[in-house]
Amino acid sequence: MKTNIVHHIAQLANIPVTGDEEETLAIAFDETLEVVEKLKEVDVTGVQPTHQVTGLMNVLRDDIVDASRMFTQEEALANAKATYNGYFVVNQIIEQE
Amino acid sequence: MKTLNTLTLKQTLDLIEKNEISAADVVKDVQSEIERKNAELNIYLTLDKNAIKTAEAHTDQELKGIPIAVKDNFCTKGLRTTASSTVLDTFIPPYDSTVTKKLKTAGGTIIGKTNLDAWAHGSSTETSQFGRTLNPRNPDHLPGGSSGGSAAAVAADMCIAALGTETAGSIRQPAAWCGVVGLKPTYGRVSRYGIVAMASSTDSPGPIGKTVEDCSILLNVIAGQDPYDATTSPKPTINYTTSLDKSIKGKKIGIIYLDIPELKEIKSLYESQLKIFEQLGASIEYVKAMDPHPAIGVYTVVQRGEVSSNLARYDGIRFGNDRSHFGAEAKRRIMLGTYTLSKGYSDQYYNRAQQVRSLYIKDFAKLFETYDVLVAPTSPGYAKKMGATEGSSMFGELEDMLLEASSLAGLPAINVPCYKDDATGLFLGLNIIGAMFREDNVIQIADAFEKATKWNSWRNN
Repeated sequence: MKTNIVHHIAQLANIPVTGDEEETLAIAFDETLEVVEKLKEVDVTGVQPTHQVTGLMNVLRDDIVDASRMFTQEEALANAKATYNGYFVVNQIIEQE
Repeated sequence: MKTLNTLTLKQTLDLIEKNEISAADVVKDVQSEIERKNAELNIYLTLDKNAIKTAEAHTDQELKGIPIAVKDNFCTKGLRTTASSTVLDTFIPPYDSTVTKKLKTAGGTIIGKTNLDAWAHGSSTETSQFGRTLNPRNPDHLPGGSSGGSAAAVAADMCIAALGTETAGSIRQPAAWCGVVGLKPTYGRVSRYGIVAMASSTDSPGPIGKTVEDCSILLNVIAGQDPYDATTSPKPTINYTTSLDKSIKGKKIGIIYLDIPELKEIKSLYESQLKIFEQLGASIEYVKAMDPHPAIGVYTVVQRGEVSSNLARYDGIRFGNDRSHFGAEAKRRIMLGTYTLSKGYSDQYYNRAQQVRSLYIKDFAKLFETYDVLVAPTSPGYAKKMGATEGSSMFGELEDMLLEASSLAGLPAINVPCYKDDATGLFLGLNIIGAMFREDNVIQIADAFEKATKWNSWRNN
């Protein structure tokens, strides 16, 4: 696999990779895809895909609030590396004029 | 005088019931064993320092305060949960998974969190970002994975029983490599809520224990529909211990996979053990199942696709460290999954994999029209040596070749030890697969085999 494709996938997956890692990953991808390509040898004419095995559909619940499942603001923020006045802090993504 | 950590779950329950021992004493003996061996074997990542108090408080409940090891991908409220990744190295869950909540409500004491392949991505426990776990049967060898820590904890008597999860082999394979019993319930029988997700369409939490009976006791505690997991089944659960101590006369057993070239060296060992079923009155028939090799490809694509979606939530903003902390294996899987789901590729990879999956489901369903269970070797060989996974990006998938198809189909299955090599101390395991929701057959037949043979390490307790 070409490293420019690896680079593109890394962006799609939001995973930071170095130039060296891109090369190692390209080799690893080829190893994996070699195994996956074998799927093309199986005859799947007329076969429906299975996305889940339970057969369950439209499992719904009543639209009511279950207070026992609510976090307090403190609980919700407890594991965040950066908070400010009760908010999660994220990197700036919009340029200021 | 044997220490209390060497007891089975059933024995511990009985002795506490009779007031001959206390749960706190069991916890203490387990903790002593952990102190002796954990530095060497690296089984536990986190220990609960309140375990003795918890045991004392719950001694009147169903599980009587007995210490259970929990794989570190179950969220345990207030107790660090890492999924063996440095992304979550300081994560303290603010809630319990449904399964650990059920365990606690039933009076189980969580003694600590066990090591796994990071994010459950693996079949060796070598991809853990906290170091590999060693196999207590022979520390030059790996315990298998991804539930390697839990299986090793049971084998080493560093707990009374344990919980693991299986996506495609992660309960059965480490149970086989560690010479213990591992039960993978039907997909949807046990709730996945609060468990670090891997492949949402196959993940199955389940018990790992010293005996088939111990596993069925734990399954009773954790099974059942959960309103927080929409994929759990509304089918009522049964009392799984009623499948124990029942004759298997007349049961029809289909032996599959045994003619595969990779199994040439151990084939005759298995054939000699399979005769036990006939001695017990069951009939065995060697039968052809769909070739398991394509299942490797199916699983590779489906799992990595679902992983790429599930691990998107680890953004380092609301909890955990940022995505640069992912290890090499996690990066490979997320990115391969992203690729096979991306525009232009999803038809040839993901959709096709799900079509092949349908073929496996049909194949098993047809076999279960004739047979009560299907039986095969769990693993193509004994536990591999330390370092075996290095330089191999497909190690896990190849090791789990005999397990992937049944996991993709959502079937219940169990590993029971079926041979021990006295020279190395390592075990081989038997994989007994049942039809959907037929844990009763799986347990009944596994229990009969265990009690008729000498492979269970706790049979002389």
